[in-house]
Amino acid sequence: MDSPSGHSNDPVPAAERGRGGVGLVDEPAPNPDDQGKNTARRRSARRRGDVVFARLSAAAGLTLVVAIGLIGLFLLIKAIPSLAADHANFFTSTQFDTNDPKNLRFGIRDLLVVTVLSSAFALLLAVPVAIGIAIYLTRYAPRRLSRLFGGLIDLLAAVPSIVFGLWGILVLAPAITPVAVWLNRYLGWFPLFATGNVSLTGGGTIFTAGVVLAVMILPIITAVTREVYRQTPVAHIEAAQALGATQWEVVRMTVLPFGRSGTVAAAMLGLGRALGETVAVLIILRSSAKPSHFSLFDGGYTFASKIASAAAEFSAALPTGAYIAAGFVLFVLTFLVNAVARAIANRGVAR
Amino acid sequence: MTADIDSLERPSASPTFITISPGRRVKDLVARILVTGAFLLALVPLLWLLWTVVKRGFPAITSAAWWTHSLQGVLPEQFAGGVYHALYGTIVQALIAAVLAVPLGIMVAIHLVEYGLGRLARVTTFLVDVLSGVPSIVAALFVFSVWISTLGFQQSALAVSLALVLLMLPVVIRNTEEMLRLVPDELREASYALGVPKWKTIVRIVLPTALSGIISGVLLALARVMGETAPVLVLVGYSRSINFDVFQGNMASLPLLIYSELTNPLPAGQQRIWGAALTLIIVIGVVYVLAAVVNRFLARKRS
Amino acid sequence: MSKRIDVKDLDIFYGNFHAVDSVTMAVQPRSVTALIGPSGCGKSTLLRALNRMHEVIPGARVEGSVLLDGEDIYGSGISPVSVRRTIGMVFQRPNPFPTMSIKDNVVAGLRLQGVKGKKELDEIAERSLRGANLWDEVKDRLNRSGASLSGGQQQRLCIARAIAVRPDVLLMDEPCSALDPISTLAIEDLMSELKDHFTIVIVTHNMQQAARVSDQTAFFNLPGAGRPGRLIEMDDTAKIFSNPNQKATEDYISGRFG
Repeated sequence: MDSPSGHSNDPVPAAERGRGGVGLVDEPAPNPDDQGKNTARRRSARRRGDVVFARLSAAAGLTLVVAIGLIGLFLLIKAIPSLAADHANFFTSTQFDTNDPKNLRFGIRDLLVVTVLSSAFALLLAVPVAIGIAIYLTRYAPRRLSRLFGGLIDLLAAVPSIVFGLWGILVLAPAITPVAVWLNRYLGWFPLFATGNVSLTGGGTIFTAGVVLAVMILPIITAVTREVYRQTPVAHIEAAQALGATQWEVVRMTVLPFGRSGTVAAAMLGLGRALGETVAVLIILRSSAKPSHFSLFDGGYTFASKIASAAAEFSAALPTGAYIAAGFVLFVLTFLVNAVARAIANRGVAR
Repeated sequence: MTADIDSLERPSASPTFITISPGRRVKDLVARILVTGAFLLALVPLLWLLWTVVKRGFPAITSAAWWTHSLQGVLPEQFAGGVYHALYGTIVQALIAAVLAVPLGIMVAIHLVEYGLGRLARVTTFLVDVLSGVPSIVAALFVFSVWISTLGFQQSALAVSLALVLLMLPVVIRNTEEMLRLVPDELREASYALGVPKWKTIVRIVLPTALSGIISGVLLALARVMGETAPVLVLVGYSRSINFDVFQGNMASLPLLIYSELTNPLPAGQQRIWGAALTLIIVIGVVYVLAAVVNRFLARKRS
Repeated sequence: MSKRIDVKDLDIFYGNFHAVDSVTMAVQPRSVTALIGPSGCGKSTLLRALNRMHEVIPGARVEGSVLLDGEDIYGSGISPVSVRRTIGMVFQRPNPFPTMSIKDNVVAGLRLQGVKGKKELDEIAERSLRGANLWDEVKDRLNRSGASLSGGQQQRLCIARAIAVRPDVLLMDEPCSALDPISTLAIEDLMSELKDHFTIVIVTHNMQQAARVSDQTAFFNLPGAGRPGRLIEMDDTAKIFSNPNQKATEDYISGRFG
């Protein structure tokens, strides 16, 4: 009990833990007494077992690699003919008309706008709350209850997205419509709150979808930031406390700077989830004849909800290819966002 | 300039304890209120949603035929029948996905943890990262473009399971990796020292030690894919009656049933929607509880 | 202004564990008091209780009182934050804030108190770094990260940070145990300069160090496993190291124990 919190001050055990298991176990120690035929035969049998098992595990990895490679290849194979037959500009057209295979007109501009707008709005709502929760759970909550409280937040991640969609359009939307009406009436001069291309009543807007998306990505962002904040070195926290820092000042001086890259990475992970969320958005957003003009009160489709909405009609190759092309763009988008998240997280670790 | 060393000290007239300025105290209090408020705020949608689903779904799931009948022959305006056909679909599709994903996932994790240093391991790690970020609708499109569009198979429950495999794999691999890395090296070395070959060490020592964590991770992955709706929208048609055949024909699942009934504006449709939502949450809840029990039970047996 | 500390019948608990048993001692101003004893005897726990740093462990509580010039630091209405502001602490391992520059590290405590003027902060930074015998080594790179310094320099940076807020007392928890002999010497020299201005209490495992730097020495011991640590005797350092009253002290000093 000499230094009650000294356990985290002492880097030696941590360093030992950090020595990854991989290097140590890679080569079994050679057996010194390998004379005699019996031993030799047993060793060769043992070798064979090892080789087979190692190959088996490598084959599993290879299966994964090949499968994903093939998938990427087939996606392109399916998308390219449709792209070639596209009579509109794929990147700038707001149309998505695939009814006539001989006259495909599809572009992703509107999908991109709705996807990015709803996800960015969700992120804006979710990140501050998630940071607050993570700080609460690591620095403020009674230590005994912290795990339980964290588990409650994690429960949000267990709710299926279709249930979120149901709740969002049938329960939440009517409740927050007055807020939307108010914002539109008094702040309508601001493009984000301008009157959109769907009616505010019913709440089938990006505004509602964004709020639901925010709730859906909250647990993932919270979980990651919470883990990062929890790893703030005790030495730094004690240094701040010994200077006479209040609880909040300790957080500001140590926890937040330490967890900064982790927080950004968590937000990017959340963004990746929001970009690809399908069914909740599909249920909530009302379709509109007019393209979006960057208002939160627009309706329309995201990449994911557009694809899902047409899923029942995937039969003819060329129209289907149009959706696969849109799916490919979504894949690239989420891939980039996740890659950035990983890069930031790794840089944080390296530091 | 030379600093006056005496000024290191505080003037002796000052009081023993300097009180914290009101500004700092207010800031501290505001911060405390804000972070506590953030936590409470997150509980609002959770409780609100659960309460709604339970309240609106309870009459349905306690109705006579809910767990034992399908919706075959039930008219849209008629509240009768049940969801056992959809329950079957949800469970079977997830189980088939697990049967495919778990052995593959565990072997990949073994490769990464116990053998992996080479290029294959690096590429695999990268792809698992990529896969974990793939939206479920894109995974469904993947399977559609290969399985249905290229290989010419029909839409079926099996196609759904294949998409679920893609969604389960990263979860299973990451979790198994983590559990394997938790197994102390001393255990492996002790086994080698006894002359046990490496593969037997992995099968007899390492895997059993990590088993409870691996199983509960698999269960959590299962719970995650059971609620997936995007794959079933793309890869299988809806059926109002039971279909046991996973290789062909339409098959209902709880998310698909909810989605289909959404177009039914009648009260009976509403009841079915919320009943199915509650059923889905109960099924997922059971799997979660199972995961917790496995974790605790096996962990205790080990220690 | 340096102040005296009177510890009266202080018991320290962590939950049900009784860590320190009824310590009564007086720490003189403008002097160095060393706390020595075998591992687990409660000397670090006692040190942390002197500025309420032990309270960061859940379940920690004390009975008895610690008076700083007659005022109880556990008195009602006294917050641990203002206690720590008055009684500074230096830790076993140097712990500068890694995201702050050298200068920002030194003035971190002042910034907390709302000192804003750049000139004032610069002056205090220089004065404190000079006070910690570090100014000449770092004056050209005040904006570099605190983590860029060597271990001994980091520890002196932490001392500069602690004295920048002008505390009355400086508590040091084995400040040299992670340092090489030359850095240790630098810190010991620094202590003998600082004691002209501060009341210093130091926990050390190194008996030569206690003999070199301290004016008073308190010896703590553990009567047995699971029993709380207690103060065996406290006296002038010269007396403790030449002719202690208690046999246990003599055994420990002469290496027959611990």
